[in-house]
Amino acid sequence: MATMNMLQAINNALDVKLAEDPDVLVFGEDVGYFGGVFNATKGLQEKHGLTRCFDTPISEGGIIATAIGMGAYGLRPVPEIQFADYILPAFDQLVSEAARLRYRSNGEFWAPLTVRSPYGGGIFGGQTHSQSPEAIFAHITGLKTVIPSNPYDAKGLLIAAIEDDDPVIFLEPKRLYNGPFDGRHEEVVKTWAGHPNADVPAGNYTVPLGKAAIVRPGADVTVIAYGTMVHVAQAGIDDSGVDAELIDLRSIVPLDIDTIVASVRKTGRCVILHEASRFGGFGGELSALIQERCFYHLKSKIERVAGWDTAYPHAFEWDYFPGPARLSEALKRSMEA
Amino acid sequence: MAKKKTPKLHLHIPVPAARPGDTPTFDHIPLSPAGQVLRPKIDTQEEQLRNFPYELIRVLDDAGQAVGPWVPKVSADFLRAGLRSMLKTRVFENRMFAAHRQGKTSFFIKSTGEEAISVAQSMALESDDMCFPTYRFSGWLIARDYPVIDMINQIFSNEKDPLKGRQLPTLYSARDYGFYSLSGNVGSRFGHAVGWAMASAYKNDHRIALGLIGEGTTAEGDFHEALTFASVYKAPVILAVTNNQWAISSFSGIAGAEQATFAAKALAYGIPGLRVDGNDFLAITAATRWAAERARNNLGPTLIEFVTYRASGHSTSDDPTKYRPADEAQHWPLGDPIERLKTHLIFQNEWSEEQHTKMEEELSASIRATQKEGEAVGTLGNSKPSVSEMFEGVFKEPDWRVIEQRREFGI
Repeated sequence: MATMNMLQAINNALDVKLAEDPDVLVFGEDVGYFGGVFNATKGLQEKHGLTRCFDTPISEGGIIATAIGMGAYGLRPVPEIQFADYILPAFDQLVSEAARLRYRSNGEFWAPLTVRSPYGGGIFGGQTHSQSPEAIFAHITGLKTVIPSNPYDAKGLLIAAIEDDDPVIFLEPKRLYNGPFDGRHEEVVKTWAGHPNADVPAGNYTVPLGKAAIVRPGADVTVIAYGTMVHVAQAGIDDSGVDAELIDLRSIVPLDIDTIVASVRKTGRCVILHEASRFGGFGGELSALIQERCFYHLKSKIERVAGWDTAYPHAFEWDYFPGPARLSEALKRSMEA
Repeated sequence: MAKKKTPKLHLHIPVPAARPGDTPTFDHIPLSPAGQVLRPKIDTQEEQLRNFPYELIRVLDDAGQAVGPWVPKVSADFLRAGLRSMLKTRVFENRMFAAHRQGKTSFFIKSTGEEAISVAQSMALESDDMCFPTYRFSGWLIARDYPVIDMINQIFSNEKDPLKGRQLPTLYSARDYGFYSLSGNVGSRFGHAVGWAMASAYKNDHRIALGLIGEGTTAEGDFHEALTFASVYKAPVILAVTNNQWAISSFSGIAGAEQATFAAKALAYGIPGLRVDGNDFLAITAATRWAAERARNNLGPTLIEFVTYRASGHSTSDDPTKYRPADEAQHWPLGDPIERLKTHLIFQNEWSEEQHTKMEEELSASIRATQKEGEAVGTLGNSKPSVSEMFEGVFKEPDWRVIEQRREFGI
């Protein structure tokens, strides 16, 4: 057991899989010698060799097409897309090929790739280094979408994703790489040191895809979040003084619907928090699922706290970012109704 | 507005040499006489090969003789097998096209005039190599004796459809026959061929990949991305452009044929680019073997442009006489691939008109019988796989959504 930040946990997961499975390859823009623009793949080329962890052309479509071909051959590629904002040139490959290959070939071919990509805001990255595109992947049948919120989960979920035989989009909340972030941007930056989920076991362990975590049990309202927003939610709950139950989804596909339904039936109230824009966001799907399954248990309308329906604005980062204050207000609205 | 010294700008929109009612011409397509182009050693440096994209490798001359340095070492039996597979492909596809017209399926696509490419490449490569085909490549399967009944059942989407009713007719998948899963999105598998080949190289395997794309689709990013990766990592892959002159109703000039040959796209990637007579079974065999030998010897990828002509419409969904002269195929300077190989075998005293007629009759009878067998299982709409198949294969294991929706659907 060692204390790790999220980058170290991700690096360690890749290290473990590279060491134990010769069919695992790691590649992407700047991931080789340099170790990635965030250092997620640091040292892996030196340790495992040039052919195991290497640089690619700046060609997201080419990276994913190559990975699918490798997967069809029998490898387990783990490509990196440098920022989730840059994944769109590969969208056709992910939707029309990776997600559909098993179905259309009746299981003759499949694409067991894990696409790692840093996502989300909070780093003053402007509109091309801050977006949260999880909902567009959740809509694609045949893709799994995983979003960890802490180092322990990041390693266990990444290993589970790599070992999974279906294509997985693995979105890494880049604001959490070096420390937890609860949205109180004016405060001193925290590190992962001392955080209970920063104790990361050595070797192979998995956190199963599709199993949510109840981060904080509570009686009065259910808060659903994932990624960076799990930490924001905790802060917002603390501010509000409401006895909220906080669920960290960990993966949105597969979705742990049972944990959500059990919680909302218990509390009768629900607030959904995500960083992506509200309209058409994953909160809409969660809201629909909850009203379908918990309608007669609901005491108030389901609240969605999300990014505004604008592009991610550079100077207005903290005006856009759905921080603890907005969650806290939503919790109060939910309780007052 | 100030007077400018330069002429007014004008926008260039390419138009084909002939539209319906015009006299067809292919004078704009550069040809080389059969036998003229040199055959370089496989380890020749790329800079010595830069004229090849503007030549045309041909083996069969107009009289049916095999001439020049590219004549491949092949037996008469090999050529007769190739002729048979090409003819079988044509007979099969014509029957299935007619079956569509009779309402037995929703869609069909033919490779008429292009059969030499799929059949010769199928025969030139090893059984465990992998091709990433276009939808005009059923000759690959036929040359490898893939059961025609399985193709027919797929086309009819019936109870015995090997793809369980999930895929559009003709978009086959046949892993054991080295035939990668087809999709209706053009070009999106070109890069998979490169990735597959890179994986083979990484595993120190001996197998190579063949990727195919139409000349129209070379305009997609997929084409250039695949060439970039193939070139950068020296992938053991053959990347082939089937230039059949037409992309639905758009002539090859809309994809850039006025400015450069498609083989010339190789130049900027620093890999060999061969331009090959795509209606010449022997030239295709020789060029594919050359590129395969390079790939197997760690010499990297080759881009091959096969110059051919799409003698049929794009698919059952278009009428080619609406956008090109009805008699254009008769003016195509490289003839018909089946006729040319037949003429060659007759010239060699290895075949005869009588044998050919007999083979055609035998293939027609056999395909007709197989079609009947497929129709006995059912055609589109009167037989289909168990509807539970609709819910299978989304993921390796179904998640709760599929399980619930299946129940909601009532099965």
